[in-house]
Amino acid sequence: MTEARNDIPSVVERTRPVKADAPVVAAHFLGTTAVFVRGEETLLLMPKTGDARTASVHDGAILCSTADADRIVTGGDDGKVVSSGAQGESAVVATDGKRRWIDRVAVGPNGAVAWSAGKQAFARSGKGPERMLDVPSTVGGLAFAPKGVRLAIAHYNGVTLWFPNAQSEPETLEWKGSHLAVRMSPDGRFVVTSMQEATLHGWRLADRKDMRMSGYGARVRSLDWTVGGKWLATSGSTQLILWPFQAKDGPMGKTPRILAPAEAQVEVVACHPKQEVVAVGYADGLVLLVRVDDGAEVLARRPSGAPVTALAWSATGSALAFGTEDGEGGVIDLG
Amino acid sequence: MSDKVPVTVLTGYLGAGKTTLLNRILSEPHGQKYAVIVNEFGEIGIDNDLVVGAEEEVFEMNNGCICCTVRGDLVRIIDGLMRRKGKFDAIIVETTGLADPAPVAQTFFMDENVGRKAKLDAVVTVADAKWLQDRLKDAPEAKNQIAFADVILLNKADLVTPGELHEVEARIRGINPYARLHRTERCRIALPEVLGRNAFDLDRILEIEPEFLEGDGHHHAHDHDHDHHHGHDHAHSHQHDGGLKHYHDEEMQSVSLRTERPLDPDKFFPWVQDLVQKEGPSILRCKGILSFKDDDERFAFQGVHMILDGDHQRPWKPGEKRESRLVFIGRNLPEDKIRQGFESCLA
Repeated sequence: MTEARNDIPSVVERTRPVKADAPVVAAHFLGTTAVFVRGEETLLLMPKTGDARTASVHDGAILCSTADADRIVTGGDDGKVVSSGAQGESAVVATDGKRRWIDRVAVGPNGAVAWSAGKQAFARSGKGPERMLDVPSTVGGLAFAPKGVRLAIAHYNGVTLWFPNAQSEPETLEWKGSHLAVRMSPDGRFVVTSMQEATLHGWRLADRKDMRMSGYGARVRSLDWTVGGKWLATSGSTQLILWPFQAKDGPMGKTPRILAPAEAQVEVVACHPKQEVVAVGYADGLVLLVRVDDGAEVLARRPSGAPVTALAWSATGSALAFGTEDGEGGVIDLG
Repeated sequence: MSDKVPVTVLTGYLGAGKTTLLNRILSEPHGQKYAVIVNEFGEIGIDNDLVVGAEEEVFEMNNGCICCTVRGDLVRIIDGLMRRKGKFDAIIVETTGLADPAPVAQTFFMDENVGRKAKLDAVVTVADAKWLQDRLKDAPEAKNQIAFADVILLNKADLVTPGELHEVEARIRGINPYARLHRTERCRIALPEVLGRNAFDLDRILEIEPEFLEGDGHHHAHDHDHDHHHGHDHAHSHQHDGGLKHYHDEEMQSVSLRTERPLDPDKFFPWVQDLVQKEGPSILRCKGILSFKDDDERFAFQGVHMILDGDHQRPWKPGEKRESRLVFIGRNLPEDKIRQGFESCLA
């Protein structure tokens, strides 16, 4: 697997470089503005034309971030949840009473937002009141269901499913071990977690059947559904691993599709919003665009040494933003 | 490698003086900045910019090793702290008085994200000279903390008689003859004795000789009758030359192995892997320097429970005695079985 990928098509020359001057921990798009989340204090906003600008959002480390079409939501070690717009304007969504770290954030349909501090998950939908739920251990991951205000909360030994606006008791999906990132499939049928071990766990909600997706060389820190939710793209290997979710049984009894082998570990994946194409960032700085159907590859960034830590597609799929651990970044225009 | 942030773990039973040591570390004019992870229910305030309250969460790994646990809170907090890398030079983790140091240490070997960015420097245990002996009888956590330590501060040494001090040191040595042992008052100690120890660094496993009591010091007072102190846990005491006592703790002990004959790596590795698989829950720490046949490099290894970490260290120097030395510290170790197994690894 040592081919240098010199002979594959390239979009490298379409890159507009961005100097983040600090480790980039995540990237998002607000319309055509690429947003790079730095490890501390600020966001770097890069509009399609014009100069980049900086927005101060936290007094300390930025521990987590997520975005919908209109806003970036971040959580910090200053105990704040902050919402920011494309012009760099920001507002505090919530401040933890004890100034605990905000470990996880999630956004959902109709402006719903959720965050966690320690063993407590909080949710607010629209202009409604803030709700809180205690879970058995520190929250490892948060994700909203695609429809309705339902929150999946990953923790030690399982996932709690909670309707913050309903009186009904939360339900628990159990599986022994420490569950970190959590995702619900776009059709709402499956819940998948990445675990402390190098494995994924999943549940089919209809019958709570368990699924185990293993074989990884490293912990899966990045997972994303392809458009329509046919495949779950994951990091954690020196290849892009895609689990099939189109069938009734999801990936049960099936093998994953394995594409884009490289020398370095896949660190981050991001699925194109319109086509079955996955942007794959590797530990050596390489970024590839990979078509799921036939495995065709396009070179998006040459290896530079430092790991790719952030990838994001614009809503139309016409631009890809990337960022690295050593503070390099860029926006690739594919329009 | 060298840009990994060193992490010092402070353990010690309740009231031994962990927080005193921590405040001493933070207040001395050393020019270093520390990020401090404290037990969320800790007693008193710490004067430092970067203090994080942690609630201890021990997570089991589903890999079949019953003792492979990690501290989920540390996985999360170290990941968060690393976003502020550059704001501090080192991390200090203060554990609760009842904490088992093993999951803390294992986190650095089991979690690749933590292991990539931070490295365990040493486990430093603060013990109360007056009360340690009682705690060794009634608190398994206290014994764990002594057995696990790289550095032990025998604190409040001014509150006991020289004879009592000597006695408690002998007890510590009966459990862990390999840690650096310091007598302190109010945790007063030169910081290089507790920080920057590189105790888990394979390159630094140079000396695994036990520290004999003779080396410690000035109090060669003769102990006469302390049998009533340890009647309950059936410890034995033997008088050796010079009137020094050597205790053998019945529960926790060390097994030290040594040979000048080269080892066969094809026999040694399967043996040691099998040993830690089977005896891992009782083996707290192990380390060794090995000489293999037809191999001109020294091999060093160290381990925590079932986790082993080893590598070639450097070429044997001309004239250096090519000797293999290993030590296991643990609970109810099957010494005869370990010795026989080791013998069978000779080339």
